[in-house]
Amino acid sequence: MNDPILNVKNLTVDIPVSGGTLHAVRGIDFELNRGETLCIVGESGSGKSLTSLAVMGLLGKRLQVRADKMEFEGRDLGSMPQRQMQALRGDRMAMIFQEPMTSLNPAYTIGDQLCEALRLHRKVSKAEAMARAADLLGKVGITAAESRLRQFPHQLSGGLRQRVMIAMSLMCEPDLIIADEPTTALDVTIQAQILRLLADLKREMNMALILVTHDLGVVARIADKVAVMYAGEIVESGSAKEIFDAPSHPYTRGLLNCIPVPGKTKPGEPLGSIPGIVPSLIGDVSGCAFRSRCNQAIEACASTVPERSAGGEHKYRCIHTQLTSEVA
Amino acid sequence: MSGMKNREPVLELTNITKTYQVKQGMFSKPKPLQALGGVSLRIHKKDVLGLVGESGCGKSTLAKILLGLERPTSGEVLVDGKEIGPSDRQLLARRIQPIFQDPYSSLNPRKSIEEIVSLPLVVHNIGDSASRSQAVTKMLDLVGLPERVRRGYPGQLSGGQRQRVAIARALVINPEIVICDEPTSALDVSIQSQILNLLADLREELGLTYLFISHNLAVVEHLATRVAVMYLGRIVEESSAADLFAGPKHPYTRALLDSVLTPDPSLSVPDIHLGATFPNPISPPSGCHFHPRCPIATDLCASKAPPHIQAGASHVDCHFYKKSADGLSLQPV
Ligand SMILES: Nc1ncnc2c1ncn2[C@@H]1O[C@H](COP(=O)(O)OP(=O)(O)OP(=O)(O)O)[C@@H](O)[C@H]1O
Ligand SMILES: Nc1ncnc2c1ncn2[C@@H]1O[C@H](COP(=O)(O)OP(=O)(O)OP(=O)(O)O)[C@@H](O)[C@H]1O
Ligand code: SF4
Ligand code: SF4
Ligand SMILES: [Mg+2]
Ligand SMILES: [Mg+2]
Repeated sequence: MNDPILNVKNLTVDIPVSGGTLHAVRGIDFELNRGETLCIVGESGSGKSLTSLAVMGLLGKRLQVRADKMEFEGRDLGSMPQRQMQALRGDRMAMIFQEPMTSLNPAYTIGDQLCEALRLHRKVSKAEAMARAADLLGKVGITAAESRLRQFPHQLSGGLRQRVMIAMSLMCEPDLIIADEPTTALDVTIQAQILRLLADLKREMNMALILVTHDLGVVARIADKVAVMYAGEIVESGSAKEIFDAPSHPYTRGLLNCIPVPGKTKPGEPLGSIPGIVPSLIGDVSGCAFRSRCNQAIEACASTVPERSAGGEHKYRCIHTQLTSEVA
Repeated sequence: MSGMKNREPVLELTNITKTYQVKQGMFSKPKPLQALGGVSLRIHKKDVLGLVGESGCGKSTLAKILLGLERPTSGEVLVDGKEIGPSDRQLLARRIQPIFQDPYSSLNPRKSIEEIVSLPLVVHNIGDSASRSQAVTKMLDLVGLPERVRRGYPGQLSGGQRQRVAIARALVINPEIVICDEPTSALDVSIQSQILNLLADLREELGLTYLFISHNLAVVEHLATRVAVMYLGRIVEESSAADLFAGPKHPYTRALLDSVLTPDPSLSVPDIHLGATFPNPISPPSGCHFHPRCPIATDLCASKAPPHIQAGASHVDCHFYKKSADGLSLQPV
């Protein structure tokens, strides 16, 4: 097996806030090989977007990013000068943002923005860039691409803007794409089409993909690896099969109980839920952060909780080795 | 009142169309874009009508018309059998309230939760400050928010709590109909399940009627009593939720259901064999709008718009369906 394309060890993101320091990402590890898809799921506010942005080097100076290791194709991202980081970004690694409107420039046409993404990194003519842009718009399911290229972002529906962002990330054929909720705003037929497109491109170009999503159906179907985040930590990780067939952390089990599953959940019956709220991560945080909501919690959960192996690459962070009952 | 009265729809749309003029380039003349091409719907009390369809097919436009935020180009909106004209917007707003997708941007960050929730009472001139304050207390309790948040601001709340505030604001003037436009799609699944359970409880407690717009078909199947499927500005199939999910008829409905990704890691993303010829709403396909992508389309579909076939409480717009002999169900030709 070759070296991983992305190797992250003990990544932390600290944010100075009025009440002290917000420990938003608290020591996470992950590795990704070419051709692999890693899905990151987890509670809103658990640090998924910050993790993605940290890898892309897109967090402002105010946020303190530290890691024992953060390597892309063997090069240390942590110590890389801004200029080199910019050269990598959009070229070798690209990001599809959670909120497309904030990442498209309202003053430029779709075509100009797509071409710019390519011409910043490659010596190609405007016409060549436009042709590639039109081709990619077609691939993400936008018809009449030629006329869309002349439109401005505000003239497109949310779903169309999201597809433009996906096309933009593909302009330079990157080695790594990080997509933050790329299909949430789309209907399921287009979602399926775009996920297949990403999977095909991944195979063709031997690309690596990180997908942040709340949609557990998407995760089950496309992930090679899954990382479940809660309060800034990865509380469970493993293959999609391991996570869905043998969820081991109480939070993961709770999540899987929250979604209606056609054929399993009866229409109209209350869905499972995880009562309580996420604790504040400002100041010192110790013990398992899920204990305020966990029905398996015992006193020892307030002290350091070990990471356990559930066989192979399947790991989870919990005081219990074997859980006695299902989390309701 | 009488049993008959109950069968009258609380909300009825007849043949609603909406056309926008859109400019394509700096110098070209604006062209018409028909966002809604004749939508008729009836919603009965305590129904949850799930509205699903392609992105850009006109769902939000329909919601905006119901809320009086947009005027239809033609067609009628009837509430309890009475037509709602442009001057009845106040009335409409008291009976129909929205819950939008994004709980982050739909609440004013500079207003306290108390101010946000009581604003509709102020706007509609209902009660005095004491009774408004009581109403806020009641609403916060109803949506499961602790009393202490009333002096707080949206920035201090989680996404799920903000969506609860939005629900409290929508319900404070006792509307009968709540229009939910993707109310949980910006939320994570643990918050989504809280909100869905809450919406279901409120329907029972307050006898609410919902129009529920969502891309998440598992959620629609869970919550809806009826489902309408839209494609390019038209409703192509409508029936009870149980019938629709057990036996989808229109080829687009079938493609939608085939695209649902259940959390089963042994399966991959299905290839639903829909052509990638997505329709351009400015020059929609001839005949049946769906024909360029339909796996069973024939020449007829390209030249002739499909008939509207109604049987019992279901309808489908497709050349390849007909009424059964007893007239109660739809069957393939
Ligand atoms: N620039 C910032 N300043 C202060 N706090 C921040 C900043 N960016 C993020 N945070 C906080 O850090 C935490 C993690 O945020 P992040 O955006 O990574 O969450 P997420 O897991 O992506 O959530 P979601 O699923 O809602 O998108 C949150 O509590 C958030 O409020
Ligand atoms: N103000 C406007 N001016 C011009 N065109 C518009 C306007 N609002 C909507 N449209 C167009 O009308 C059509 C329907 O849009 P609408 O927002 O109702 O779709 P939707 O079904 O809600 O889609 P989504 O699932 O992506 O939210 C789209 O083609 C959209 O581009
Ligand atoms: S460590 Fe304790 S609180 Fe945390 S998940 Fe395990 S049992 Fe629950
Ligand atoms: S009318 Fe023809 S094209 Fe339209 S849905 Fe039916 S079979 Fe398909
Ligand atoms: Mg995020
Ligand atoms: Mg919409």
